[in-house]
Amino acid sequence: MSRSSVDVRGGLRLEGLVKRFDGVLAVAGVDLELPPGKLISFLGPSGCGKTTMLRMIAGLERPTEGRVFLDDDDITDRPAYTRDIGMVFQSLALFPHLNVAGNVGYGLRIRGAEKDRIAARVDELLKLVSLEGMGDRRIQQLSGGQRQRVATARALALEPRLFLLDEPLSALDANLREQLQVELRLLQQQLGITTIIVTHDQREAMTMSDLVVVMNEGRIEQVGAPLEVYRRPGSPFVAGFIGRTNLLRGEAAGDGGVTVSGRPFDVAGEADRTGEVTISVRPEAAQLVVEEGVAERNVLPGTVVFVRDLGELFECFVDCGLEEHVIVAGSPRDWIPVRQGAKVSVRFPAEACVVVVP
Amino acid sequence: MSERERPSARTYGVLALPVAMLVIFFLIPFGIMVATSFYHRIEGAFYEPAFELANWQRLFQPVFLERALFSIWICMLAGLVCITVAFPFTYFLTRMRRRAHLALLIVVLSALSLSEVIVAFTWYILLGRSSGVSNIFVWLGLFSEPVAYQPSFAAVLLGLSYIAFPFCVLTLYPQLTRLDPEITEAAQTLGASPWRTFWTVVVPIARPIIIAGFLLVFVFTLGSYLIADFLGRPEHWTLSVFIANQASAQANVPFASAMAIFLTLLSLVVVAIVGVIESRTRRLA
Repeated sequence: MSRSSVDVRGGLRLEGLVKRFDGVLAVAGVDLELPPGKLISFLGPSGCGKTTMLRMIAGLERPTEGRVFLDDDDITDRPAYTRDIGMVFQSLALFPHLNVAGNVGYGLRIRGAEKDRIAARVDELLKLVSLEGMGDRRIQQLSGGQRQRVATARALALEPRLFLLDEPLSALDANLREQLQVELRLLQQQLGITTIIVTHDQREAMTMSDLVVVMNEGRIEQVGAPLEVYRRPGSPFVAGFIGRTNLLRGEAAGDGGVTVSGRPFDVAGEADRTGEVTISVRPEAAQLVVEEGVAERNVLPGTVVFVRDLGELFECFVDCGLEEHVIVAGSPRDWIPVRQGAKVSVRFPAEACVVVVP
Repeated sequence: MSERERPSARTYGVLALPVAMLVIFFLIPFGIMVATSFYHRIEGAFYEPAFELANWQRLFQPVFLERALFSIWICMLAGLVCITVAFPFTYFLTRMRRRAHLALLIVVLSALSLSEVIVAFTWYILLGRSSGVSNIFVWLGLFSEPVAYQPSFAAVLLGLSYIAFPFCVLTLYPQLTRLDPEITEAAQTLGASPWRTFWTVVVPIARPIIIAGFLLVFVFTLGSYLIADFLGRPEHWTLSVFIANQASAQANVPFASAMAIFLTLLSLVVVAIVGVIESRTRRLA
């Protein structure tokens, strides 16, 4: 490959991006600056505008308002075929009338490259995606995973400045999906190409990305590194969407203390806040205490409602008198056996109590 | 593939009705026509059962062979005209917003309700001198006096293409609707302009139905006789005009039968040739 990881092409900037479809707001004003050479995921539930954002970046959809800049060039008005962007579609959109080599070499042929050069480049790309020697296969003869690889090779053939993937693995079964997530990530790191992947799967986003952009209802909820978004969700939506979480509603006194169901709590950060707050505690951070009426801080009493052993994970649903059951999860090794109906206490360690809304 | 199950008696039962229809309404009449083509014609009367080759011999006169070739030629041209117009038309139709798309489709399909007589007569008037379109050109000051565009070869070709157009659209429509829009978008992200996308992706993918549409128009127009009769001079008449003429005006049903069978065989040969060419080139591609 001619590209090395020191290449800094592919920085993307979105300014006030808005898209309306027949009066329905799909993207509601997005400002975003993405660093070159990184893998960024647009994560959100279906209908949150993430695919529309990607399509506006690719030039397949015209923004109603706002500008798109690629390496400081304003590309908002440039048609898709002049944008120098490679894209893998959700349906993969392979050309059924061409074989594998024909698909991968399509872009080069359109550019009028010589036959020998196309053949050499196609071989190189097929090797890159572990499909060596399969250039003669028809698309219909390939498995789902192989098709995905062909789509990837085709999108990378022209060494684009930006590599976009729209839910590229959604049609594959879980095992293959995880394998290809790792492969795609390694490929991206090897090429150092700026990559944006649209997904609704938070595990996929966590596995692959340098940066996660969490979207909801056409807006950006939070931008951050995967673990940062997971550990310090900026809103109840993010807390609930990225993994499961327990949301505790309480009253902050302004001195660092929060009262939840009449019990005193210490929380991480945001100590000077006053008024109503929501605290997010991940199930694996909560701890079960097989003892009734523990009078410590950060502890709520409750009744075990349901227990399940998933083999790799043990989960306990506890009714603490809140709107929803508190979920406590842990590895079977550190598990204390409890029965349904047992009176217990749940401890929410202060460092795991993240305040998510004012 | 595992071994297929043998079709049960019930499977055959389901097929009984269509097979019966085919036999009663197609095979038997066709058999009668084949038999009639060998019957003896009685001048000034009708015909009587016989077995003679006179009708078939008459067919091989240069005038009828020439008409047969002309029919194939003009109907193939009509097929080309229809596909050239109907394919881009249907493609852009399917890419439109749903409401506009359906409205336009209904307009096109409503042309199916027009009988061939009405279509032929309407074009006869529109292309004529006294009240045809050329009067508009005169009114606009383009011409000094009205012109007749019929009878002519172009008028026949236009008429044939017109009656076949909705059928051609109907053949192309289902598959073009199913063409995944992401496929053309993928071509565009790979640097192909809309024009190149159309030629390098849409047309090759749609090749089988383009050929199907072409053959449909060809076979369909081969059977039309009113258009050529109304809009053409005798040198623009297709074999169908002669068949109709022999059957009704001349009351020579045996010869009309022979010509009809000949025309059927001829169109089958053309369809077969196109089919072979298509599968050859596909294998090469």
